Amino acid sequence: MSSLIEANGPLFGTLLVFGQIGLFVLVLLLSLAFLLLLDRKVWAAVMMRKGPNVVGPFGLLQSFADFGKFLLKEIIIPAGANKTVFLLAPIITCTLAFAAWAVIPVAPGIERGTSWAVADLNVGILYLFAISSLGVYGIIMGGWASNSKYPFLASLRSAAQMVSYEVSLGFVIITVILLVGSMNLSDIVNNQSDGFWSWHAFSFNNILLFPVMFGMFIIFFVSALAETNRPPFDLAEAESELVAGYQVEYSSTPYLLFMVGEYLNIVLMCAMMTILFLGGWHGPVPVGDWINDYPLLNSLGGLFWFMAKIVFFFFMFAMVKAMVPRYRYDQLMRLGWKIFLPTSLAAVLIVSGYVVYTGVQA
Amino acid sequence: MDVIAFWILSAIVVTSAVCVIGARNPVHSVLWLILAFFTAAGLLVLIGAEFLAMLIVVVYVGAVAVLFLFVVMMLDVDFVELKQGTLQYWPFALMIGIAFLAEIILVTSATVTRDPSAFDPSPGAPTNAEAIGAVMYTEYLLLFQMSGIILLIAMIGAIVLTLRGRPDVKRQSIAKQTQRRRSDATELLDVEPGRGI
Repeated sequence: MSSLIEANGPLFGTLLVFGQIGLFVLVLLLSLAFLLLLDRKVWAAVMMRKGPNVVGPFGLLQSFADFGKFLLKEIIIPAGANKTVFLLAPIITCTLAFAAWAVIPVAPGIERGTSWAVADLNVGILYLFAISSLGVYGIIMGGWASNSKYPFLASLRSAAQMVSYEVSLGFVIITVILLVGSMNLSDIVNNQSDGFWSWHAFSFNNILLFPVMFGMFIIFFVSALAETNRPPFDLAEAESELVAGYQVEYSSTPYLLFMVGEYLNIVLMCAMMTILFLGGWHGPVPVGDWINDYPLLNSLGGLFWFMAKIVFFFFMFAMVKAMVPRYRYDQLMRLGWKIFLPTSLAAVLIVSGYVVYTGVQA
Repeated sequence: MDVIAFWILSAIVVTSAVCVIGARNPVHSVLWLILAFFTAAGLLVLIGAEFLAMLIVVVYVGAVAVLFLFVVMMLDVDFVELKQGTLQYWPFALMIGIAFLAEIILVTSATVTRDPSAFDPSPGAPTNAEAIGAVMYTEYLLLFQMSGIILLIAMIGAIVLTLRGRPDVKRQSIAKQTQRRRSDATELLDVEPGRGI
């Protein structure tokens, strides 16, 4: 970001950064509309239904119709609700979900050795972790400010759940950082540039680590489900016991913001898994050095692989939602604290021992 | 640019810190505290300590303040009533305040005379995390280990204080449950008509 400002002068550089941010937001919102449809279509297909198919061809415009509906409805604020906090909660959820995307490198840059991200931070992965750990505030504030029992219970559940699973997420991230030796997301992606056998999910180039890193990949996926309150861990919503969880009292645009934030967080988790474990923008087979002579092709190809992997992970999220029954709350806590935490802690020990012994770190 | 950002951020920190004390509703107090933590992280980014800033957000805002909020929301205490008797403690509050102010004045007067370029990270210097790691695991190893042990003791203490063995609770043994087979639980019987089992 700062390099853009230095290269183009203060005024034009700042405008460029704003342009990048605007482009990111626009593309994210547009793709979110179709990902939402994908989610519903996959869910419907598993249940042998057709899913939304009325608005536009194959129901492609369904999300836009829903968007219009949400905007035009009336905002209802329950009696006795804490108005400021009540309206602040969805805004916080949505803003944080967008803010996290600032550091995601989506494609290799036109110049060699750079990557296309709004801000290529040195502590990028920590920033992501910090922002995603703040997501709990939207839920806990929304639940409390509604002045209603069900939302409050849901927000308490959700807060405990998210804090618990953050721990194992953090340890899994540490194993990847240990392998790479850097917290910069572009470095993490470039460490996996030698084709699919160098991706951290498999790490066949350090074959002894394969069982450890593949296990960490699975743990990260399951923790991501819990962190985003997705089924089978959607105890914050649990419609059969808590009506609809922390968003019972929300309607219209505030509800829309909650939903957009929630789905953006899911896509963000998909992007994190892509970057940490599936090689980011690198294809499964290295194309060779000739690609460096065609930087635009290189960038577009990278963007294609990045998006393809995100859609793959999103499909997995949707399939899990359709197939797996909901966990009970004590089982959820047991899984987080008694299984994932010790396993990932042991993995940190093994990986750091391996790195020190063999010196594979760059 | 940096100066403007500094003044805006520090104004927000001070205002929200005052609001923490001033807010009537304890939940609002915690929310203001979170804002203060978050903006303090912004100040740390300004002086180039990005690693510390991220740690503050992860640890204080992401975990500690969540638990604060959790506890304050669950407590059904009338805080207005609780505040009635606090006025008699004002001499203590004054003493602590004066000591704190003196410390801040001491620290700031010691650091303003320092060469400001000492804070500028030069290109090629090790990153924050590397620099902290390099001294934490060598020079301050003993202190680091000691703080770890203190935290562990605090954790065990908290568990011991709240642990109570309740005999009336039915616990599920996951291992037993997954080992259960259909043949252990069900039996097919040929029931004669009119006899029952």
